[in-house]
Amino acid sequence: MRRLLATILSLAVLASGGARADDAKRLRIISWADYVPAELIALFKKETGIQVEVTLSNNEEMISKLRATGGAGFDLAQPSQDRILAAQREFGIYKPIDLTKVKLDQFVPTLLETVRKNTTLDGKAYGLPYLWGTDGIVINTKKAKAADYLDLCKPELKGKTAVRLKRPTMMAFAFALGKDPFALYGDVKAYSALMDEVGKTMIACKANLKFFYDNKDQLLNGIRSGEVTAAMMWDTGGWVLNRENPDIQYVAPKSGALGWLDTFALPAKGRNDAGAYAWINFTMRPEIAAKITHVVGSFTASKGADQLADAKLKAQFAASLPDAALKNIKWYPAIPPGLEEIEGRVLDRVKAAN
Amino acid sequence: MSTPDLEARSLVKRFGAYTAVDTLSFSVARGSFFSILGPSGCGKTTLLRMIAGFIAPDEGDILIGGNSMADVAPNRRPVNMVFQQLALFPMMSVGENVAFGLARRGVARAERVKKSAEMLERVGLGGAGHKAVDELSGGQRQRVAIARSLVLEPTLLLLDEPLGALDLKLREHMKIELKQLQAAFGTTFVYITHDQSEALVLSDHVGVMNKGRFEQLGTPQELYYSPATPFVAGFVGSNNKIAGRAKSVQGGIVELESAEGWSIHAQAHGAIAAGAAVEAFVRPEVASLGRTSSELPAGHPQYAATVESLLFDGANSAVLVREQKSRFEFRIALPQTGRFADLKVGEALQFGFDPARAVCFPVAGSPSA
Amino acid sequence: MLEAGTRRWQARLMLGLFLMPAVLWLVSLIILPHLDLAILSFRERVAPREYRASLEQYRTFFAEPLYWHIFVRTALMSAIATLLTLLIAFPIAWTIAKLLRGRASSLLFVVCLIPFWVSETVRTLGWMILLRESGVLPSLLVKLGITDVPIELLYRDSTILVGLVYTSLLFMVVPLVGSLESLDNALIEAAYDLGASGWSVLRKIVIPHAAPGITAGCIVVFMMTLGNYLTPTLLGGKNSQWFTEQIYTQFITRFNWEQGAAFGFLLLLLSTSMVWVGLRLTGQRFGEVMRRS
Repeated sequence: MRRLLATILSLAVLASGGARADDAKRLRIISWADYVPAELIALFKKETGIQVEVTLSNNEEMISKLRATGGAGFDLAQPSQDRILAAQREFGIYKPIDLTKVKLDQFVPTLLETVRKNTTLDGKAYGLPYLWGTDGIVINTKKAKAADYLDLCKPELKGKTAVRLKRPTMMAFAFALGKDPFALYGDVKAYSALMDEVGKTMIACKANLKFFYDNKDQLLNGIRSGEVTAAMMWDTGGWVLNRENPDIQYVAPKSGALGWLDTFALPAKGRNDAGAYAWINFTMRPEIAAKITHVVGSFTASKGADQLADAKLKAQFAASLPDAALKNIKWYPAIPPGLEEIEGRVLDRVKAAN
Repeated sequence: MSTPDLEARSLVKRFGAYTAVDTLSFSVARGSFFSILGPSGCGKTTLLRMIAGFIAPDEGDILIGGNSMADVAPNRRPVNMVFQQLALFPMMSVGENVAFGLARRGVARAERVKKSAEMLERVGLGGAGHKAVDELSGGQRQRVAIARSLVLEPTLLLLDEPLGALDLKLREHMKIELKQLQAAFGTTFVYITHDQSEALVLSDHVGVMNKGRFEQLGTPQELYYSPATPFVAGFVGSNNKIAGRAKSVQGGIVELESAEGWSIHAQAHGAIAAGAAVEAFVRPEVASLGRTSSELPAGHPQYAATVESLLFDGANSAVLVREQKSRFEFRIALPQTGRFADLKVGEALQFGFDPARAVCFPVAGSPSA
Repeated sequence: MLEAGTRRWQARLMLGLFLMPAVLWLVSLIILPHLDLAILSFRERVAPREYRASLEQYRTFFAEPLYWHIFVRTALMSAIATLLTLLIAFPIAWTIAKLLRGRASSLLFVVCLIPFWVSETVRTLGWMILLRESGVLPSLLVKLGITDVPIELLYRDSTILVGLVYTSLLFMVVPLVGSLESLDNALIEAAYDLGASGWSVLRKIVIPHAAPGITAGCIVVFMMTLGNYLTPTLLGGKNSQWFTEQIYTQFITRFNWEQGAAFGFLLLLLSTSMVWVGLRLTGQRFGEVMRRS
């Protein structure tokens, strides 16, 4: 009975999935928007005969979907590196990666090491780096001024700013308040107190927000239409807007940009591991990875691919993240269990506040 | 002379090109029972709905109790209506149905309850106030519908073929009851029906309506014995109708010859010239019957006939005979004496009638002079 | 004797086979998941993959004012939306049932149906395009000189209500038309003839007659509104505060299925009790209402 819901959901997935005989010929990926460009799907099909099917998602949904099916329904997932361990401990939704099947020399060693450190459980690896980037601030310089996250709460920007109602915003606000939330990961009580403080700050700031955005188009359109003039945003979104309108710029906040790193992970009941390994090795070839960077705007974990990126992107990167800012990036460590519950209650309170 | 309770002045109502009510004028005296009799589609329902106020006339005016009803809404007219299907409110008890109008007038609750109980008592439904409408029989519902209207003491009660939905036996019974109720309350009733027997039994005056106009307005006796038009003669009571040409006209008596060659005499109504197309009407009870000519009253023309069929209906029994020469089928009422109880089909008979009691009209549209 | 028994048995088997799809559907997709959720809602996480039976989830609901605030707010807003839908749907239903004949009547019905030719998502996004600050309506208001600058019409309670009423309208109109069509016009005329005003005809005749339709419409609309997720979330934006959103959040972004299940059951309890109270207040029975609508 306990797993009944899971069984029924996986039955539904099975029914929509079709016969097992085809499993080797298709690769079901659950990932973020733009992470799997159509051009690559065509190339991969030509090379291997495997058809890639993509389901768009985000960190929380990925975990929830895999949890509901006990890790079935997909052959490859792309969660952020800090979200793997807790989910694995709690729900067992991934299977270990057989590193002998991966061409490890294609990866940037430092990124490989970071992910290894954050996603190893009982000596087994559960993640490989794929794409990385930063969260910072996007401003329309003609209409607004902001140097740090808390500047979004200044009265002159009332009704013109936007953030997500998610944990990255809480981390950002915590750093902007001069605290280091990552240092408190081990101390539930202190962390809880910090989150309460962050919550109060966010509630005070709520009137300043146009909306909490929950998809990228909502924010991009908000900024394009001028309804939003400053927002907490990921770097590539800023660069896309910058290309359309030079007044719009992505900047690393004074308290530091937040560094995220998305991964490859194998769902526990994936049916095409061979296909998944082939896809990983395929995408990490420098010339293929460069195509991804061209579409998504973010840099990959493929060694040498960043050299192949176009000049405009390189220039944008250099302008937004000069050396000092690059050094000041706050990388997410793996989240210990229980913290998200604390954050959740605070987020609920922010949502309900008027 | 008191003012009539209802007066219609040159009423006209058209629906598109069709004229439902055509320049109609009449008045109904206080306390009388007035019927509008006509076939379906003659405009009687339209007329009634204009009096009730649901339809506005195109021309003319309606006065009730001497007051013009132009621009007076139905809920403000001193008129109430008993609907064809009665339209009792199924969501209310019998008592609430009767008290409904009183409540709308703002009568206090206690007063309402008392009045409606009294009214139910008067229509013979004492103590039925708490019942649901569908617990009542057809006749009882009828009485509730009337009580519901009369409790408001209207100047005029309109009844739209209220007996139509009842079975024959109950209908006969309710006819008498209606008449008694009207006499007891003294309210002016305006009753519409297509059933001539209802109209004759109930009414003080009857308007026979056809194509939006009154063909004749008079007492039941006048309609029956002196119909003013062929339509009235044909519609009110049963009649033998003989069509033909006027052979001669002498002292108001027309000699008519039918196409089959039967020759009869009848009283002329309207100008009739010799040779004109005419139709005559002879009531079944006007003709007398004999096994020999000597049994018939002297001085009237006599005809030989054979019995075609016997129509036994107790007091209303009649015989259908065929006139020997023309084979014309003629209906004759059998006398109550039982003298002809042993009549057989095919038996030879003599019959005759007083020409003065038979009526002859020129056929509309034929040259009459 | 034996033969008759066999035949009866066969008839029963046939009936069983006939009902099988409905029963299967009911059991596997409605009853079993609910049982599973019920069990989920009565447990508590103590350590990774370790749970114990507890009332903690329900305790949290009552201990955290936030949750029951949203709960009550959702119930109230749903009730208001239901009432508004009734007030708007009634004249429409009346027009369809009593005033228009034949073609015109079915045409108006179709007009009510048009919003449902597109999915709720598209409909709601349509509203967003219309109402957002840089949208059609605010710029029209500026052009007409009613406002100086474009105002944000989204993310307000009234916007949520507009969206909910719009989405629910048809589900109110259909049962209302059904119950009004069965009302004999002669009853209305009779009441009018007996001196009733338009208002008292409505109060004494039309509403009592249409009561089952009104109740059925209100039940359907209230349940739909209470369980709606998309419309309040999209149109309400940062201030939507709808209880279904809270359930979604618990399940999907908090991975807290236990809390989500408890919230789900509380919502089920709420809608059931509101329907019960509604039936009680109008003195009707559920089966009767559903049959007559």
